[in-house]
Amino acid sequence: MFPKPIKKSGRFANISYRVALPISIVLWLLPLIAVMITSIRSIEDINKGNYWGWPESFNFIENYTEVFVSTSMGQYLLNSLLITLPAVAGAVALSTLAGFALAKYNFKGNVWIFAAFIGGNFVPFQILMIPVRDLTIDLGLYDTHWALIFFHIAFQAGFCTLFMRNFIVGIPDALIEAARVEGVSEWKIFWHIVLPLVRPALAALAVLVFTFIWNDFFWALVLVQSDEVRPVTAGLSSLQGQWLSSWQFMSAGAVVAAVPPVLLFFTMQRHFITGLTLGATKG
Amino acid sequence: MKTTYPKSRLPSVRKKRRISAKLSPWLFLAPAMIIFSVYVLYPILSSISLSFYNWDGMGEKTWVGFGNYVELFDSDAFYTSLKNNLLWLIFYMLAPPLGLLIALFLNQQVKGIRIVKSLFFFPFVISQVVVGLVFAWFYDPSFGLFNIAIGALGFEPVAILANEDYVTFGIIAAGLWPQIAYCMILYMTGLNNLDAEQLEAARLDGAKRLKMLWYVVLPQLRPATFIAIVVTIIGALRSFDLVATMTAGGPWGSSSVLAYQMYEESIFNYRMGYGAAVSVVLFLIMDVYIAYFLWRMLRREK
Repeated sequence: MFPKPIKKSGRFANISYRVALPISIVLWLLPLIAVMITSIRSIEDINKGNYWGWPESFNFIENYTEVFVSTSMGQYLLNSLLITLPAVAGAVALSTLAGFALAKYNFKGNVWIFAAFIGGNFVPFQILMIPVRDLTIDLGLYDTHWALIFFHIAFQAGFCTLFMRNFIVGIPDALIEAARVEGVSEWKIFWHIVLPLVRPALAALAVLVFTFIWNDFFWALVLVQSDEVRPVTAGLSSLQGQWLSSWQFMSAGAVVAAVPPVLLFFTMQRHFITGLTLGATKG
Repeated sequence: MKTTYPKSRLPSVRKKRRISAKLSPWLFLAPAMIIFSVYVLYPILSSISLSFYNWDGMGEKTWVGFGNYVELFDSDAFYTSLKNNLLWLIFYMLAPPLGLLIALFLNQQVKGIRIVKSLFFFPFVISQVVVGLVFAWFYDPSFGLFNIAIGALGFEPVAILANEDYVTFGIIAAGLWPQIAYCMILYMTGLNNLDAEQLEAARLDGAKRLKMLWYVVLPQLRPATFIAIVVTIIGALRSFDLVATMTAGGPWGSSSVLAYQMYEESIFNYRMGYGAAVSVVLFLIMDVYIAYFLWRMLRREK
């Protein structure tokens, strides 16, 4: 282990480390803590300029109810879910199939297709913007949930295929060969042998891609515009103008938008981090 | 024991099998390949071709050859964006070393350290739109925490986001926050996989702290460093969300980056061809890194 375990150091080092930890957390998360406290402040506090002192009253319920009652925040959240869930399912499904093909078959062009998936994953969104927007309009999908669902499936398929391919490579070839000798069809090999073995990777990938898609802002600006379809990132940004000096509402809105990915991260933390490092460092 | 002759060994079945073996990878690949080509690969080519036209998004396209590029390389706005992109690239490079620093700090086994680690990772999980709002509030000249802090140190308050000289640095700092968290996680995983025997051997040889870090630990962290640098470069060049939420490129375009300039020209000014040219330039800059990354990865594959 590096650095040397603090437990083996002296009492002084030990105690200072334990004191330094909570302090560093507070410093690191200071902007966020400030926003969270602001989100439960009363309007009187804000008007008086009491931004950093102890809140005079805790308006947790009032502020958060107001956010949902006076704006379309509830609708935005629902839209984000309606877009993110099918997009995650679609991207993971397509890329598991593709990842299997790239990991377990030798054929011409294998490496090039793999490279295209990886490379496409890094391109700037702006070079896709106009054609994707035109295509979406031509398909009659502009300003619908499907506009974003289809794009996210397609774009995330790049990263997801890289990820699944690297995971499936680790499955022993002997297992697949044995099934082939028995005359099991390729599809059944995929369904009954490969799929059960990649279950842990699927969870990791799904959690990760969920946060990517949930947090997307650019495509939410470009492919949709009405409140009925807009996801929470674009919704929040449009409320910025409306809530110019009502920082308590703005903060509450920001917290609401952040809750789902944060919740998912805390419940699936191990998967999330495995996913991030497996996708990034392997291969 | 099985004594029946497996069906697959019969000639006709074997032939069918060979065809399906050739075809099946393509069947598995088809759905992902088709949708990826339609939404990612084709649009790249389409944007490149569009950059040679004038187009308002609805009417006729008119061929202008390199006209858009000539105009672009002649405009101040372009150089402002390019300069800002360069600043992003340079200062974003602080993320890997700072991430390593935090990872080293947190790589201990004390009670509650797991929660501490996940709290440090927090900024990466939330949307950049939220990060942008949080920092806009942090920088607010009349009550933001930033100004309270520098006021305590005896400095005059500064309206970071309204100041042409500071605005880009202010946005980059906001972007560094989640980026450092990302690098930290990569390094933390790397630190978990260090070779204990090598560390012990080096310790017996008397290697300490910095020497140990430089000669023993860092070489073992090379894969993590490589990925951290790649994601940081790509992140820096892709910067859009923070610029859009915090300043919309202002004041007077001084915080714009190529990604934002492209969006602005196409959506607000209806200059699709010109916007496409901006995106092509950004794409070409990024290609250098993408090509290098692909080359490294594929070389390892062989």
